[in-house]
Amino acid sequence: MITRDDIAHLARLSRLALSDEELDHLAPQLDQIISAVAQVQEVAAEGIPPTSHATGLANVFRDDEPRPCLTPEQALRGAPAVELQRFKVPRILVEEG
Amino acid sequence: MGRELTRKTATELAAAVTAGDVSAVEVAQAHLDQIAAVDDRVRAFLHVATGEALAQARAVDEKRARGESLGPLAGVPVAVKDLFATAGLPTTCGSKILSGWVPPYESTITARLRAADAVVLGKTNMDEFAMGSSTENSGYGPSHNPWDLDKVPGGSSGGSAAAVAAFEAPLSLGTDTGGSIRQPAAVCGIVGTKPTYGGSSRYGVVAFASSLDTPGPFGRNVRDTALLHQVMSGHDPMDATSINAPVPPVVEAAAHGDVSGMTIGVVSELAGDGYQSGVMSRFAEAVEVLQGLGAKVVEVSCPHFKYALPAYYLIAPSEVSSNLARFDGMRYGLRAGTGSAEEVMAATRAAGFGAEAKRRIMLGTYALSSGYYDAYYGKAQQVRTLIIRDFEAAFSQVDVLVSPATPTTAFDIGERADDPMAMYLADLCTIPSNLAGNAALSVPVGLAPENGLPVGLQVMAPPLADDRLYRVAAAVEAAFDSRRGHPLLDEAKGLGA
Amino acid sequence: MTVTYEEALTRYEPVFGLETHVELGTRTKMFCGCITTFGGEPNSQVCPVCLGLPGSLPVVNRTAIEYAIRIGLALNCSIASWCRFARKNYFYPDMPKNFQISQYDEPLCSDGYLEVSVAGEIVRVGIERVHLEEDTGKSLHVGGATGRIHGAEYSLVDYNRAGIPLVEIVTKPVPGTQALAPDVARSYVTELRDVLRSLGVSDVRMEEGSMRCDVNTSLSVRGSGVWGTRTETKNVNSLRSVERAVRSEISRQAEVLDAGGRVIQETRHFHEDSGETTSGRSKEEAQDYRYFPEPDLVPVAPSADWVSSIGASLPELPSARRTRLIASWSVTELEFDSMRNAGALDVVEATVAAGASSADARKWWMGELARRANEAGVEVSYLAITPAQVARVSALVSAGTLNDRLAREVLDGVLAGEGTPDEVVEKRGLAVVSDDSALLAAIDEAVAANPDVAEKVRSGKVAASGVIVGAVMKATRGKADAARVRELVLERLG
Repeated sequence: MITRDDIAHLARLSRLALSDEELDHLAPQLDQIISAVAQVQEVAAEGIPPTSHATGLANVFRDDEPRPCLTPEQALRGAPAVELQRFKVPRILVEEG
Repeated sequence: MGRELTRKTATELAAAVTAGDVSAVEVAQAHLDQIAAVDDRVRAFLHVATGEALAQARAVDEKRARGESLGPLAGVPVAVKDLFATAGLPTTCGSKILSGWVPPYESTITARLRAADAVVLGKTNMDEFAMGSSTENSGYGPSHNPWDLDKVPGGSSGGSAAAVAAFEAPLSLGTDTGGSIRQPAAVCGIVGTKPTYGGSSRYGVVAFASSLDTPGPFGRNVRDTALLHQVMSGHDPMDATSINAPVPPVVEAAAHGDVSGMTIGVVSELAGDGYQSGVMSRFAEAVEVLQGLGAKVVEVSCPHFKYALPAYYLIAPSEVSSNLARFDGMRYGLRAGTGSAEEVMAATRAAGFGAEAKRRIMLGTYALSSGYYDAYYGKAQQVRTLIIRDFEAAFSQVDVLVSPATPTTAFDIGERADDPMAMYLADLCTIPSNLAGNAALSVPVGLAPENGLPVGLQVMAPPLADDRLYRVAAAVEAAFDSRRGHPLLDEAKGLGA
Repeated sequence: MTVTYEEALTRYEPVFGLETHVELGTRTKMFCGCITTFGGEPNSQVCPVCLGLPGSLPVVNRTAIEYAIRIGLALNCSIASWCRFARKNYFYPDMPKNFQISQYDEPLCSDGYLEVSVAGEIVRVGIERVHLEEDTGKSLHVGGATGRIHGAEYSLVDYNRAGIPLVEIVTKPVPGTQALAPDVARSYVTELRDVLRSLGVSDVRMEEGSMRCDVNTSLSVRGSGVWGTRTETKNVNSLRSVERAVRSEISRQAEVLDAGGRVIQETRHFHEDSGETTSGRSKEEAQDYRYFPEPDLVPVAPSADWVSSIGASLPELPSARRTRLIASWSVTELEFDSMRNAGALDVVEATVAAGASSADARKWWMGELARRANEAGVEVSYLAITPAQVARVSALVSAGTLNDRLAREVLDGVLAGEGTPDEVVEKRGLAVVSDDSALLAAIDEAVAANPDVAEKVRSGKVAASGVIVGAVMKATRGKADAARVRELVLERLG
């Protein structure tokens, strides 16, 4: 059973500022969906390898050769804010990396 | 004349333009006129690229005038699902969060279409980021089924399907992740194929569920669909998951619909509760037709198919929760809210994404969380292996498998819009092929007697055996067309006579 | 009350580990064909892939895999026969996709070691893993006092660096080094840097950011056998900082523990100016990165043939070179270390190759030339003199054309740009006076000027000849061969 608080936590992790109405609306739907998809746990899958790639391909590479890139104008076109030929973003609170 | 041009097949149009019987500009104009006449009701298009289309058509005519040879889609108008990045044309993926975004680059597939001298008419409506079965999750309003404007055209590639069914374009591009080409094709009475995963390039196709997304063709008939399938497919070094093998001989197979000697398997699990009676009766009829044409039909059990839906609704949301993380208002698209970067990201995503996108993002975040990964995402990947094995076992006995493409005919707009579980059921028949990476298509087999709405037959083949799909579909189509005496779409009354 | 380092070590045993990120010197980025040149105009080296534009897809750079395998082999690791990339999911503006393509539980290389020499002893540092990932963009934080995030009003992001291949090298925890922990940490980073340079996979400049170290430190109560909570220290930008960061953390954690407190598992920031660390992000709530296999990339399964051909092409590694040169030059570990630390190994080796004896080569480079390098504030290899030229000077001394004093003048001349050693000898007239008649003339003068001394020598007091020799040397301005002069004096005076 997944609670409204759990959903609120998931929303925070996913960077979704959901309103209370949205949380009220989505929480029971998600609870229902999660219960339904939990059905996969019924399957006896001892020793069954997981499939992450269906094609069986491996070792697909490219050569270390330069390819044309975008111009700064193309890269920045459509950016909500630009300064000094860089993407201008609001102040970052938590230092990362 | 204009109307006549819109009734021609893509194959006929390409031949006519190449022969000089008609100009590409005339063909393009005829279709633009049709869009102007009906799209206020069908709402298939998010963006009609009138100027660009006519310019491309002119270029094709000039190329012909110079004596240069033309490509296989010479002058053929194509509608493109708004999930494909088209340089210089708006690309919204059906989402508010990309409103106004114009990509600085072109997808491999649309570039190949242009190189084949096709004419891109515009971008079609879709469920937001390809998540949905009706186009009701579009941030720009739903599209309407040309058979009955109160019904959905299916999804997520509903706009592309509706455009072809409404004669606005003879061909269109879609993507199929859980059935998003086959199901709209079925409910709109046209042909739609999900090629083998990796058979068509995903470079420039905005990602929903990366290990499942497969770009594919729509057409009004099997042969046209095969033509587009051929042109768009093939290895792409820009897509590491694309298969480096020749495109299966789909055009040739479409021209030779002969199923005598083939063994066809009916999947017993894809029937029963929830399947509309008219769908089942048309399906049974189609199976009989195949038998009558010389195919051997057997029943096949794929016991793990009942876990396909839950496995899909774990794998797809997990991948999409990660794929959609980049939409945060920092580099392109919508930026909403004030405050710190973290606050602006969260406000942007809350304002820009619709409810289904939000549901799937949170579901995916849950399934990948530490402590839950093994029981949900990990388990789903194991179920995926079991489904692949079910298919392998089945294909060791049969050449192709068949089932209805979707359990019901087109449902009403609004009927399932806020009932995700009900909506998900539309994918019951199509999802297994996505999990396995198989090839599959839907071909129309008539109308359900109870409501006169189209029913599609799904054909499934092993990976890289796409040609078998067209062989079977061509046979079915020929048989039904000859019985009927006219194309099925002639009976679509949604837009008037 | 601060705890001194020495006090801390009486009560605690330090354990440290290092995570090093190395920017590979490939021509193009990890997953796209954008060039990797340092210092380009902002956002001029980006494409849909490294910008993470919707619809873009990564494709693996084969050379980056090769370089990573090379590093793994040089660090004595096992190379995975099959592995995958994984997505590390978190939101941050310098990461265009808000996930980083990295490796999680399937690193390309694992379980190796690197031996380092510290205070004449060999310490084996275990290598846990070597894996590949993509670098992030770079942000300028605007409006705050220090240019750092705190207090900034907004940030400006340049994605040129986003997507550059990074290799992450993680050591196993290193216990048992006691008071030498900071030195071992520093030696490890130094040796690692030398190994990477010798492999040609990166220019490994810490000051430019192509090699970045995070240092993990923890303290174990002496004799308890229980390892303490570790902290991670970032912003360690030089070899000296590595040493200082470990030292500082040991003292700080000891102080916390002495006061009965608990060391918090957190990320700390090293400050160059103070040599101390301050608290950054709390790792108490460890971030869940929701790793899953990267669906846009297929597995990497290097064939045994490919791996062994990479192994066969490895250059001589620093440790092997060390063993070889110590034996061939008959020097001690410490003598070798001081040459290495002075950056003199290459030039000494080249001078020997040009014909000098190893003793002579070392004498000149570690003596006179090292002194001049120190004065100029550079490493010896930066001086304006080549190994071949030093070998020539050494040869001239052996041939008797120059003595030590004259040789030093010749070095001066070459460094001053006056030409080759022979040219300098010619121009400055620095050759040893080898003409006996000239010497005899000078000797006669000196004898005439020192009759008593001459008498002593004649009567058998050979040692007194030194005065005559000295006078002759002075008269010839040092250009005589002192030994020859002495011979002639003794002959002359019977």
